[in-house]
Amino acid sequence: MSDVALALGGATFDGLVKIEELAGQGMITLRGDLTDKAIVAAVKHVFGVTLPGTRETAFAGSTGALWMSPDEALLLCPYDAAQTKADDLAAKLADAHALVVNVSDARAVFQLRGRMLREVIAKLAPVDMSPEAFTPGMVRRTRMAQVAAAFWMDDASTARVVCFRSVAAYMFGLLSTSADDAAAVNHFAG
Amino acid sequence: MSTRVQTQGRLINRDRPVSFKFNGALMKGYQGDTLASALLANDQMLMGRSFKYHRPRGVVASGSEEPNALVNLGEGNRFEPNQRATSTEIFHGLTATSQNHWPSLEYDIGIVNNVLARFLSAGFYYKMFIHPRPFWKYVYEPFIRHSAGLGKAPDAEARDEDRYEHFYAFTDVLVIGGGVAGLQSALTAARAGAKVLLLEQTPHLGGRAPVDGGTIDGLSPEAWVEKARAELEALPNAQIRTRTMGAGVYDHGYVLGYERLTDHAPETAGPRHRLWRIRAAQIITATGAIERPLSFAGNDIPGVMLASAVRDYLMNYGVSPGDRTVVVTNNDDAYRTAIALVQAGLKVPAILDARPQGGGALMDEAKALGIRVETGAAAVKVKGAKRVHSVCRGVQAGEGEVLEEIFCDAVAMSGGWSPVVHLWSHCGGKLTWDADQAAFRPDHDRAPTSHDGNPFVIASGAADGAFHLKDVLQNAANAGKTAAGRVGAEGVDSAAPSGDAPEEAPLVPVWMMPQGAQKKLRMKAWLDYQNDVKVSDVQLAAQEGFESVEHTKRYTTLGMATDQGKLSNINGLATLAKALDAEIPQVGTTTFRPPYTPISMGAIAGEARGEIFQPIRKTPMHAWHEAHGAHWEPVGHWRRPYAFPKSGESVHDAVKREVLATRNSLGLLDASTLGKIIVKGPDAGRFLDMLYTNMMSTLKPGKCRYGLMCTENGFLTDDGVVARIDEDTFLCHTTTGGADRIHAHMEEWLQTEWWDWKVWTVNATEQFAQVAVVGPNARKLLEKLGGMDVSKEALAFMEWKDGTLGGFPVRAYRISFSGELSYEIAVPANLGRAFWDALIEAGKEWDITPYGTEALHIMRAEKGFIMIGDETDGTVIPQDLGLDWAISKKKEDYIGKRAQARSHMTDPKRWKLVGLETLDGSVLKDGAYAIAEGTNENGQTNTQGRVTSTYHSPTLNKGIAMGLVLNGPDRMGEVISFTNGDNPAKKARIVSPVFFDPEGEKQNV
Amino acid sequence: MLLITCPYCGVAAEETELHGGGEAHLKRFGPDSSDDDFTGYLFHRENPKGVHFERWRHVNGCGKWFHAARCTNTLEVFGTYSAQTTEPPKDILDTIRAKRPGFKWRDIA
Repeated sequence: MSDVALALGGATFDGLVKIEELAGQGMITLRGDLTDKAIVAAVKHVFGVTLPGTRETAFAGSTGALWMSPDEALLLCPYDAAQTKADDLAAKLADAHALVVNVSDARAVFQLRGRMLREVIAKLAPVDMSPEAFTPGMVRRTRMAQVAAAFWMDDASTARVVCFRSVAAYMFGLLSTSADDAAAVNHFAG
Repeated sequence: MSTRVQTQGRLINRDRPVSFKFNGALMKGYQGDTLASALLANDQMLMGRSFKYHRPRGVVASGSEEPNALVNLGEGNRFEPNQRATSTEIFHGLTATSQNHWPSLEYDIGIVNNVLARFLSAGFYYKMFIHPRPFWKYVYEPFIRHSAGLGKAPDAEARDEDRYEHFYAFTDVLVIGGGVAGLQSALTAARAGAKVLLLEQTPHLGGRAPVDGGTIDGLSPEAWVEKARAELEALPNAQIRTRTMGAGVYDHGYVLGYERLTDHAPETAGPRHRLWRIRAAQIITATGAIERPLSFAGNDIPGVMLASAVRDYLMNYGVSPGDRTVVVTNNDDAYRTAIALVQAGLKVPAILDARPQGGGALMDEAKALGIRVETGAAAVKVKGAKRVHSVCRGVQAGEGEVLEEIFCDAVAMSGGWSPVVHLWSHCGGKLTWDADQAAFRPDHDRAPTSHDGNPFVIASGAADGAFHLKDVLQNAANAGKTAAGRVGAEGVDSAAPSGDAPEEAPLVPVWMMPQGAQKKLRMKAWLDYQNDVKVSDVQLAAQEGFESVEHTKRYTTLGMATDQGKLSNINGLATLAKALDAEIPQVGTTTFRPPYTPISMGAIAGEARGEIFQPIRKTPMHAWHEAHGAHWEPVGHWRRPYAFPKSGESVHDAVKREVLATRNSLGLLDASTLGKIIVKGPDAGRFLDMLYTNMMSTLKPGKCRYGLMCTENGFLTDDGVVARIDEDTFLCHTTTGGADRIHAHMEEWLQTEWWDWKVWTVNATEQFAQVAVVGPNARKLLEKLGGMDVSKEALAFMEWKDGTLGGFPVRAYRISFSGELSYEIAVPANLGRAFWDALIEAGKEWDITPYGTEALHIMRAEKGFIMIGDETDGTVIPQDLGLDWAISKKKEDYIGKRAQARSHMTDPKRWKLVGLETLDGSVLKDGAYAIAEGTNENGQTNTQGRVTSTYHSPTLNKGIAMGLVLNGPDRMGEVISFTNGDNPAKKARIVSPVFFDPEGEKQNV
Repeated sequence: MLLITCPYCGVAAEETELHGGGEAHLKRFGPDSSDDDFTGYLFHRENPKGVHFERWRHVNGCGKWFHAARCTNTLEVFGTYSAQTTEPPKDILDTIRAKRPGFKWRDIA
């Protein structure tokens, strides 16, 4: 199922940053007490990461976990593995109070690459994107313009932005407008 | 005449001529000119007509406080009215026209109002336009519309060509204003280690200092400013944005900055304006001060300008407003203007100083240059029409006896300086009256407070009432230090640089010139140029009992419109205070509201225009719908196909075709927008029992149940089918518009009321594409796809099952909102389009017909199914709709149960749901009311019901409707009349709301 | 524009990330309650100029409901705390008592 139909068919844009709609991102929502040892152990077993702390991310190769709230995590893995991993995790948590849902199709994921990614995001989200305030290893749920979104930085010049699938075109429009080559702010440069 | 002089002009580049058009005439200026300076250089002193009397007006100021020189800027899609010539940088090809005149600026018919001025006094609108009423429509309004108003609105068909954007910035210290005070505050704070952002509204740093002179640490102000700029730009923790105005200060350190990126160079790519949405821990307002006009007769004649503006035009732009300029003042600062003019070779026939003792060192300097100084003097009146002709000198202590007529072509006036306290005041900062300066300045003990209860705004320099250069710098350094300390930056404690400038003698407040001016003079002494408010108007308001400054403002229009009284405020309330025999601080000021000067609507909208004006939610099948001619209906942010008209087919015909095709063979509906919320946990059943009026905990896994949700008010808020997935897990379908709202509703009860219940929810709406396969051939289609048993036995009505169909992983629900044999099939969203395509392909043999929301609505209405938002409007309870069967009698409690027991809810007179059929088969109008006997106390016809849904039913080939009617269910067969503007009213019979297949034979197969 | 710190995720969130939920610490009255109790629960609200206890949701964020103690006059936020309590915690009350001596809200003082 790697040839799934993305919301925008893998749209790209090249400006202040390179924007690409990513294919193949599996996502699983976990609701449960993230400090519950049974839950931590099950996630570690299935996804290979320790559940991250408040507003943090944890990655182990192609899998990872994003802190969404004290009782919600978004677990990441390759798209094709998502249902199996979700079933596996749900089975391991059969006796725990937890809800595991494969939501790999519910969202669109955009990768931003380039030095100016902080500026592009700062045009849309009410978040301090300065290097001293937001760093790789953090995740932020917020709004971007008029829709809910989340983003994190994989490294200093790579970020991923997630929104609901239905507003993928809107989000791509926002990001590419903000990344217009002629619209640099140069706020974080100095 | 006003002209370009050969010397001076520090801001213009004489090697770069720029041509532009004003009222169609080609004119020349230089790069660095403002439109105002360039117009003056072309001897265009007359720049507009006043709002009410259409008096000729020239530029009076040189900055953003300008009330008169407002122009229409640009053309077509770039047309913008009410732009200040003083803050518009010229560029090659700029076009501007003057405003508020007809037929031309020079000859304006509206000037007749000037003759009628004594009838247009304070409160004129209120007094005149009340009676007789018909006059309002036929006389007053056309008159006002034609003669009042400033710029014209852009053409209705014009579309702004530019782009705009927002930017969120966070800083420790925000400095607003890039004069020497702002620079010093920024330096002090940044050196201490705070993160500093400095905004300057003009393209230049330094503010007034380079024009006003003196030395800073032995350097010329210009040299010091350059040094400060270089140091700030080299610091990693400081940043300067020019052409960016601090527009408003809001709660908890929120500030809007208005950056004008391309106004001065419209051909540049990129956004035109950027709205900075700044959150600052501390805000330093280094916004300087504004010079006050003096109130003497004829102070609005073109050529009468603020003394500082005359100096600015000369020194910054190399423009002299006149050959012979009389200076009228009550303070020392205006002497700088006289000195500068004489040094540039221009004539100053006299300085009229209202102070009996005159001034200090600057007066001596002026006298040494041979300038005649008259102390204790007044400008009794200025003579002239479209241009100053002369000044009549008298004594300030007198009543207006003219001692001498001094011929001149410009007047430079100064009534003292008022700190710009706007940004200090926006968020609640209070002011104190400084009697020495005759000005309000920030009261340090009553600063605006932030979320932590501590002060977050600090005024700096002239904005804090420090006017002498050495005081400005010390005050600014203190402000920077205080701000840095409050954000915990305790690095370097830098001393203030030393400022050196002549010592000045105290000013003497002058609110009327001469102080005893007769009424004839007062009626020509303007307080507010933009709104044509005179000293006599404010005095009349006081006489008529307007004691509050806020009331006086609205009665006289003093301080309204685009400049918000930047020049007129203090003079106006001093006049009011005098008229009321009160002290100025007791009268107080009107409220300072953001923005400081108007900002563009485009900047406020930011990126939100065109395709990204608002989010449009699209289902996975959206592109198919688009390609197949969908006529769209917005449902929340979703776009859903209303119908799929074929080429040449009307929408109405398409709807009819879709209904019949579905009823007779096979229809297909994109139901992806329906909310799908997963609810899981040991207490999930108990939770859903509270949420729904029905009993959900008894639902068996594999089964579905239709449920109703109410608010705690008892009113119906949503409905949908609940499927029990397993012992612990339910999937709740919501309406299209309800998914986010109902998920939030669930979370609210779980988090804030029943937090000890073990329940988790996930809104999985967008994980699935969902397709309703509907009609007598629905099963055949699914069987053709194959993969799971969809027979009546294997998947009975109101059951669900997981499996595959045509190779797609699916969850199939046997539910029906049409009364037909119907399956709703969910697939992962990314497969939605492929699954839809497969259904279309496989369904061809049954003439498969995709249908839209209107066919959906009609088919549900034919079956008497209610629709949230049609039958409900926030005041309807399930009992009104005959849905008692869906309300559990066994449950002790559910959300809304108690409210539904309130006396009004159990009132038998509540209107109840019935079906309605017109006697002639026509369609009732939506929202039509049923007429009852008699009239109410307002003389309106009594009503006894209303239509909630009404359609033409293609199946029954007649109009059908649902409505709420008094005692409706007990009145079957009765004929009542409905109207929604229909005359005569339409007769309709009360019938059962189930019009079609009442036994459910079609769906239960 | 208000800035309120979500006690669950620690974000100092601007108002556009938040959704106001009205008065805090309401006691729900159900089917057996009197008309007066139910009316009080559903409709009667404090309207103080000063200390107020409110519900907020970090809707464009971690999604959690929380409580905020806030001055409706100065907009000072005394503190935020869990939604899962029926009364303000002691540390919040101590803060308010220190800053607003003699304050009274319902039967809390």
